[in-house]
Amino acid sequence: MSSLPGLAPYLVLIAAGFLPNEIWRMLGIVAAHGLDEGSELVVWVRAVATALLAGVVAKIILFPPGGLADVPLAIRLSAMAGGFAAYLLMRRSVLAGVLAGEAVLILGAFWFAG
Amino acid sequence: MALSLPVTVLDMPSIPPIDQPPPSPAATFVTGWRAAWTSVFSLVLIGTYVGIGALAHDYGFSLRWALLSTLLVWAGPAQVILLSTLGAGATPLEAALAVGLSGVRLLPMVVSLLALIKRPDTRARDLILPAHLTAVSMWVESLRLLPTLPRAQRLAFANGLGIGFLVAAHGGTLAGFYLAASLPALLTAGLLFLTPVSFLVSAVRNSKLMVDRLALALGLVVGPLLAYRGVGLDLMWTGIIGGSCAYGVHRLRRALR
Repeated sequence: MSSLPGLAPYLVLIAAGFLPNEIWRMLGIVAAHGLDEGSELVVWVRAVATALLAGVVAKIILFPPGGLADVPLAIRLSAMAGGFAAYLLMRRSVLAGVLAGEAVLILGAFWFAG
Repeated sequence: MALSLPVTVLDMPSIPPIDQPPPSPAATFVTGWRAAWTSVFSLVLIGTYVGIGALAHDYGFSLRWALLSTLLVWAGPAQVILLSTLGAGATPLEAALAVGLSGVRLLPMVVSLLALIKRPDTRARDLILPAHLTAVSMWVESLRLLPTLPRAQRLAFANGLGIGFLVAAHGGTLAGFYLAASLPALLTAGLLFLTPVSFLVSAVRNSKLMVDRLALALGLVVGPLLAYRGVGLDLMWTGIIGGSCAYGVHRLRRALR
């Protein structure tokens, strides 16, 4: 690979980023074979996907990446709660939930830092 | 178009009346593309990917590499993991393992999405594009919008929707790469927070059935428990345990009724 130094980062991208992620999508095509939206198995699969998504959310909040780690846990949790509350109060608007969560996070972090 | 579905049209792209010929795949693709840009997720994706583009810049990756990672990986959390592991000096193998563990969620997402799209005569190779485009944003919006469309139109709609989101993410990556130096730290934290808050709120919106709500709540509880106890493959187990318990309760309730 040393003869192709310019290509090395792209090979890493494919080996460490693309393939380990894409394999799940391709396995999904295989697993979906013969399944229909009405089947009981799809209800279970959707529940698994939803629980997994919730797990990803919890993990990002508890073990945050990069600059988000500088914001205290209490503020990260309050911002999630604030976003959820705003979503319910603002007639189930996702935009309202996202904006309120962001507002709590940024104001909270600003107040904490200042 | 023989079947008339009992659809409720709420903030939906317009569905043609039954007596007109069905729209062409190209027209349905455009309808999906438009739905991407009217979705709150186009904004969320631009913001999220401004953060990812800035992260790529700060870790010394090239713009072309950053854009290609958005195109090929197309999963925000995986890209953040890839950048931060490689950027922190991890080996490609370590990065691949961390990315692979975070990608597990894509498997059940693709299965439940394709169950909505597939027809008996759909060729497997036509499913590769919608499977690749599957990410939380596209999955959440597809599960909300596709059931209101005739099955014949769903593939083209999903492709249009996913490509619309992909283009939004590329715009964000590009902007973030160039803005990196001028982004205040607080804003970077805010951009990284877009992923969890938008995932949670949109998952709540999509969880209309008890089984989905329960799965969501259980995932929020089981996930941290497994992660704190250092259980290997914690996300996969969160999905299987949380999803199966929710499904079990769903079956039990139905049996008791």
